[in-house]
Amino acid sequence: MTFQFVLPPPPTTDVKPRMSDADLIQRSASTVTPPAKRLTEVAKLIDVSKCIGCKACQAACLEWNDLHEEIGVNTGVYDNPPDLTPASLTVMRFTEWVNPETKNLEWLIRKDGCMHCSDPGCLKACPAPGAIVQYSNGIVDFVHENCIGCGYCVRGCPFNIPRISQVDHKAYKCTLCSDRVAVGQGPACAKACPTQAIVFGTKEEMKKHADTRIADLKSRGYKNAGLYDPPGVNGTHVMYVLHHADQPQLYHGLPKNPTISPVVELWKGLVKYAGLGAIGAVAVFGALHHLVKGGNRVPHEDEEKAKQLAEGERV
Amino acid sequence: MTVSQANPDKRDPAAAHHPAGVGPQGPVHETDSQAEPLVVDRYTVLARVNHWITAISFVLLVLSGLALFYPALYFLTGLFGGGENARAIHPWLGIILVIVFFGLFLRFWRYNLWERNDSVWLSRIRDVLGARDDDLPELGKYNAGQKIVFWSMAVLLLVSLVTGLVIWDQYFYQYTSIDQKRLAVLAHAIAAIVMICVWIMHVHGAAWVRGTVRGMTRGNVTGGWAWRYHRRWLRDLVAGKDEEHHTGATPAE
Repeated sequence: MTFQFVLPPPPTTDVKPRMSDADLIQRSASTVTPPAKRLTEVAKLIDVSKCIGCKACQAACLEWNDLHEEIGVNTGVYDNPPDLTPASLTVMRFTEWVNPETKNLEWLIRKDGCMHCSDPGCLKACPAPGAIVQYSNGIVDFVHENCIGCGYCVRGCPFNIPRISQVDHKAYKCTLCSDRVAVGQGPACAKACPTQAIVFGTKEEMKKHADTRIADLKSRGYKNAGLYDPPGVNGTHVMYVLHHADQPQLYHGLPKNPTISPVVELWKGLVKYAGLGAIGAVAVFGALHHLVKGGNRVPHEDEEKAKQLAEGERV
Repeated sequence: MTVSQANPDKRDPAAAHHPAGVGPQGPVHETDSQAEPLVVDRYTVLARVNHWITAISFVLLVLSGLALFYPALYFLTGLFGGGENARAIHPWLGIILVIVFFGLFLRFWRYNLWERNDSVWLSRIRDVLGARDDDLPELGKYNAGQKIVFWSMAVLLLVSLVTGLVIWDQYFYQYTSIDQKRLAVLAHAIAAIVMICVWIMHVHGAAWVRGTVRGMTRGNVTGGWAWRYHRRWLRDLVAGKDEEHHTGATPAE
């Protein structure tokens, strides 16, 4: 295969970042003016069939982001740490699966982490202005100085990705190395991957590359090989090549058709507007009733009646 | 308990000078001044303090909660020292509210039991809103509107407490699934919206029916107010039939 994605070496001179607030297409709890000129959409393609489970991506992620995972315990499987954490923004998920057709044991290894949805549920759920942003190249990023630690992004996410730190009470997830991408580099995990199971480029390039990979897998008997770019969230900027694309759940519960939960849509949609309407209607009714009727006053006769009653008369 | 001094309502200074009703220490008493009407104790000091702590914590909860629900109101987090503080304080305010409301609940639940007359009162809501109170049945300490406020607040606060604990990630994250947290945050928002509507009705009723607020500030109301809006309660007080007297509790709590 001649098509290779070799990421450029780090620059040796100062490079002006190519991503800024001017490139935002969505900003949580606020509106942005869409940029006139959009950046080219980027994507990370993870070819599960090429992954050897070495965890170089995990190590590179910790190193680049200067994060430090706590020493954990062996839970009996290769997953380490056993789940995403505020420090481990990516985790290898190992699944042992016996293919009922071939009776072969297949070791399905999926690199879990933020999918950078085109329709990000985290951003939709976030109440803090500017805590979650989406750049026109597709990267969804958390801006920690604006994050209030409410955990609404956890409810919004269809992939169960964000984690709230119990230390600083901020939400953490993969940034797609937005700081590296801004200066023309690829994500640290892609740079570290020894088998090029993780590649990075424009979304168009990645889809084309995925097609060659899928054709190769099909020629080797994986008739259901395919690309995971779920339309329920308008596609993602982290995509998988799966040998069993018809059953993504096999890969440690990768959702088959992820969408933002209808409960979240209701909470952030209808309830918000109906609530405003209900509160407004009650307030307006009260004010109008008070204005039109005037106060409900006790007439003098009633004070007299009360006195007569207190004096023991039958009233 | 000593009784009110100046009477704000001096529409008829001639209406005066009646011998004391139940006596100066009782729940129904007359003042020394000739111009002043009969005064009826309605809430003890403790009940009033309890009510106003409830009121303050409710308002603070509404402000911090709306700030996290409506992006346009996010600036309200400034009242609490920013978004992070609002997020951290809101659940603790909720705990305070639930505790103090429980105090009110214990004080008032007996007077809020539904009676036949309440349904009659409610069916004549047009007379209620039209201030034609003479056409309405004689009521005990609370009318149906007040009872609805009481019970809906009690139920909705319970819903808010349970759903609020489910979404209090700092302490209870691991006990529920994300799907449960989604439903909880939805139910929490809906319960809060309904409570805000109920609260607006509560404030409107107290403001519209003149002479009501003093019951929660000074602790007493005029005899005429009690006669007009809660006549059976007044009759019972005069007759000494108030339950609290029998149970030894403070009068007209």
